[in-house]
Amino acid sequence: MSRNGPVALIFHTLFVVFMVAPILVVCWVAFTPEGFLSIPLTHFSLRWFRALANYPEFVHAFGVSLWLGALSSCIALLFAVPAALALSRTRFRGRDALSALFLSPLMIPHVVLGIAFLRFFTSVGIGGTFVALVIAHVVVVFPFALRLTLASATGMDRSVEMAAISLGADGWTMFRRVTLPAILPGIVSGWMLAFIQSFDDLTMTVFLATPGTETLPVRMFLYIQDNIDPLVTSVSASVIAITMAVLILLDRVYGLDRVLTAKGGDAGR
Amino acid sequence: MSVTAATDSSDARAGLSLALPALMLFIGVVVIPLVMTVMLSFHDWGQYKGIEPVFILKNWIEIFDDPYYAEMFWRTFRVAVLATLITAVFGVPEAYILNRMQGRWKGLFLLVIIGPLLISVVARTLGWALLFGGNNGLANKLLMTVGLIDSPVRFMFTETGMIIALAHAMMPFMVLAVWTALQRLDPQVENAALSLGAGSLTVVRRIVLPQIMPGVLSGAIIVFSLSASAFATPAIIGGRRLKVAATLAYDEFLNTLNWPLGAAVAVLLLIALVLIVVGSNALIERRYQEMFR
Repeated sequence: MSRNGPVALIFHTLFVVFMVAPILVVCWVAFTPEGFLSIPLTHFSLRWFRALANYPEFVHAFGVSLWLGALSSCIALLFAVPAALALSRTRFRGRDALSALFLSPLMIPHVVLGIAFLRFFTSVGIGGTFVALVIAHVVVVFPFALRLTLASATGMDRSVEMAAISLGADGWTMFRRVTLPAILPGIVSGWMLAFIQSFDDLTMTVFLATPGTETLPVRMFLYIQDNIDPLVTSVSASVIAITMAVLILLDRVYGLDRVLTAKGGDAGR
Repeated sequence: MSVTAATDSSDARAGLSLALPALMLFIGVVVIPLVMTVMLSFHDWGQYKGIEPVFILKNWIEIFDDPYYAEMFWRTFRVAVLATLITAVFGVPEAYILNRMQGRWKGLFLLVIIGPLLISVVARTLGWALLFGGNNGLANKLLMTVGLIDSPVRFMFTETGMIIALAHAMMPFMVLAVWTALQRLDPQVENAALSLGAGSLTVVRRIVLPQIMPGVLSGAIIVFSLSASAFATPAIIGGRRLKVAATLAYDEFLNTLNWPLGAAVAVLLLIALVLIVVGSNALIERRYQEMFR
């Protein structure tokens, strides 16, 4: 295998700097001891992380985001696991159309989805509620939950299921004791990816969130619109730290490249 | 497929019943709301009367008549194309370099480059706002120290800043698409070309590039469609004046409260994107037919 030359390595270094610079600068500024935006060089302080405790709206929004992410990822999987089993092992007319429909939230711009949800939930009378937010997030994270579950269900050896049935297991026992454990890695990483997508979503949620149901990205976005100060950098740094933790976990459990290149469309936003 | 008609129909029934809950969910909460949004774009709206459920073309005529909307859509398109070009120009070589690295480094840098995809776009854009901020922002200081520019460049509230931040946000998609294409390459072909006396540049140009072109193009389609509908980056870097389709629709919905007009902007964006994506997918498939066979 040929090695990269010096030019390639310089290019690579600059590229990596470009990719991490905005993320590093946020985390760096968050440790400033000053009352204004500055890059701390000699003194570092946690004052802006401690200041977070005095801003209940950020703490509350963080709670909303956690709940919303956990709840919508779980519900999405309740729908996605049977759908993945159906798509991976049965052939029926309209199967391709069905999987295209299920992956459509990846293709439809989130701003369009946000508008459609806002219109829909307002006209059925649940506009601005947490329930509406959960339903919207279930739909948006569904493709991620489906894709990873589908990937592991497709790769599963079905003769083990046949063996369970021939040994007298009923359908439910077979699912619980054979199928579920086999596709569990896909389900777990599908849940984590779905959680991150829900936790990060701004474009769709910004249309649905009301002061009581603001998620963390929405709160941060509205805050930045008014002014940028060290407080929002410490919030962002915390979010980055949490995401990194999940990311590393995801990489360990399943392999990040497999998570992100799982067959069946793109990923986004 | 070697399934008989009998198993096909029982299979179909089992499959459909398993997929039914998700299907109902999608019809109820995706298809119906989208249809409602299209209908909304034909409704009337007034400052005092609110939304009137009639069928008129007022919003559509306004969008096609008023040059403000033409300019806004043109800006959306221009920004998305330039961001896509930047991701291609830098992302393709990077994916190639990445693919030639040793196992451990490859995994590490793949994580570093693709990881940002999962970090909140608000946090990432905030980073660019900090780097760009004012005439003595870090980006300007750095560029002037290196000698690339003589006087500070305005990044905040300009299309330049928007394009750079968008290219950064979309870069992982391009690297991922090209990297996936590179995985399918047979290294023996490269080695054969080298052993026959081709220089490494010739190998890249004549052997590698033609083979990964479908990957580059599909990456470009993803980056383009996500850039054209991006919201957070244009809203934060572009500010209140420099509107793109997504931020304009947001304004109509949550500030002006002219929902029908906002719906028309969103529907037009959706139609334009679907046409562009489906059209270019078809072109790529025709051009590279022999490769997908």
